[in-house]
Amino acid sequence: MTKVVKKVQLNGVEKMVEASPESRLLDVIRLELNLTGTKEGCGEGECGACSILINDTLINSCLVLFGQLNDGDKILTVEGLGDAKHLTSLQECFITEGGTQCGMCTPGMLIAAHALLIKNPKPTREEIAEALAGNLCRCTGYKKIIDSVEKAAKIMRGES
Amino acid sequence: MKDFVYHKADNLPEAVALNAAYPDYPPLAGGTDLIVQWRSGIRKLDGVVDISCVDELKRIYDEKKEIEIGACATHSDIIGNAAVKKHLPLLVQACMSIGATQIQNRGTIGGNIMNASPAGDALPVLLIYDAEMLLQNVKGERWVPVRDFFKSYRETALESGELLAKIRFPKRDFFDYRGAYYKIGTRRAQAISKVSMCVMASVSHGAIKDIMISLGSMAPVPVRARGTEALLKGKVIDDNLIHTAERSLADEFNPIDDVRSTAQYRSYVCGALIVKFLRESRIKK
Ligand SMILES: Cc1cc2nc3c(=O)[nH]c(=O)nc-3n(C[C@H](O)[C@H](O)[C@H](O)COP(=O)(O)OP(=O)(O)OC[C@H]3O[C@@H](n4cnc5c(N)ncnc54)[C@H](O)[C@@H]3O)c2cc1C
Ligand code: FES
Ligand code: FES
Repeated sequence: MTKVVKKVQLNGVEKMVEASPESRLLDVIRLELNLTGTKEGCGEGECGACSILINDTLINSCLVLFGQLNDGDKILTVEGLGDAKHLTSLQECFITEGGTQCGMCTPGMLIAAHALLIKNPKPTREEIAEALAGNLCRCTGYKKIIDSVEKAAKIMRGES
Repeated sequence: MKDFVYHKADNLPEAVALNAAYPDYPPLAGGTDLIVQWRSGIRKLDGVVDISCVDELKRIYDEKKEIEIGACATHSDIIGNAAVKKHLPLLVQACMSIGATQIQNRGTIGGNIMNASPAGDALPVLLIYDAEMLLQNVKGERWVPVRDFFKSYRETALESGELLAKIRFPKRDFFDYRGAYYKIGTRRAQAISKVSMCVMASVSHGAIKDIMISLGSMAPVPVRARGTEALLKGKVIDDNLIHTAERSLADEFNPIDDVRSTAQYRSYVCGALIVKFLRESRIKK
């Protein structure tokens, strides 16, 4: 229960975060930092609703303990993408292409898609599906999510 | 309630010392097995020794005669490493079959080995490539070849106080070999294997000069199919031999029924996989 303090870059802002080392990063993000965009679906690595980036690497925050962070780690949650007034192309396209319905999977999908587009600005539909294989959606049937990512990639490349 | 004890190692000597000092607190690498087991109540946990940030344990060394992979190298680290791709392509394939990106980015080869599940997807590959494990404790270290490492269901040669530090693979010349890694699960991503097979063969003029077959989920530990290998060596691949191989492999082990599959299905599928491999090897000269 002895808490520890870590200095992290949270969505681009330096922040001192204090929590028990055995807390799940997911709980620290939602309960301590009040960033409730990151969701808990399964709590065991299956669904991807809790996906975030640590140092540009996609992970499930339900399977990382707070103590595993290092000082200086860069954390990106869905709140770090864009807010309601300044949506990123990816967020915009999830709306226009019907990539979101109930929204439970959406933050994780956005983060996983963002991670893909950092590394691969021109993914094929197969590559998009592959990159989102760890993210489950009970609503959309995935086609529209893939459409959304494909469209966003195009816009980001300046092609549409 | 007792406080949870969290020890974090910053370097290898510290990891070894903490691991020896706190035998009741398991090493925490990627946590993709340990955290799930703990949170679901399968495994009681009063503390951990966090080794996930130890740089020395994450490195992959491309040496002259071998490749050494640190126990905390993630599946993604392995998939992305050029030397591993060149010398151990079946290991890359196996790591690519583990979970989805999030799991590959976090889960480690050492965790896969030490979780020691018969369904661990990297394990059959270790048998084919003759891997050796480096076990370290405060007194010293020892190398254990993979054939002596997996003792019985979820039991390994690792003793209390020892840490798996790295895995060494000899660089062998597999120039004229053809290899394949097959994983059968309910779906491609995120599924735990029902059966996995790693096979490598050297075929010349239609005859099998050498063949190695290893299997996951067919026995309490990952196994080499020595009986079927011996039966096939030196023979010409024809329909008859393919049929013999299928029957022999299905008969060589006594798999079990469990939540993922049945014994009958497992035997049937591993027979079907060797048929597929031999048919393709025949076509490929
Ligand atoms: C959604 C999901 C999908 C998965 N899919 C697959 C799959 O397809 N195939 C597959 O094989 N596995 C799969 N797994 C299981 C798991 O991801 C892998 O076994 C992974 O490689 C475990 O590594 P880790 O670093 O996360 O291990 P951890 O959970 O950190 O550790 C596992 C065990 O090994 C011990 N340990 C770890 N490192 C060492 C060391 N260096 N020395 C001594 N002991 C050590 C720990 O104490 C613990 O008992 C999946 C898991 C999840 C949650
Ligand atoms: S809540 Fe983390 S993967 Fe489902
Ligand atoms: S939109 Fe409902 S789960 Fe994906």
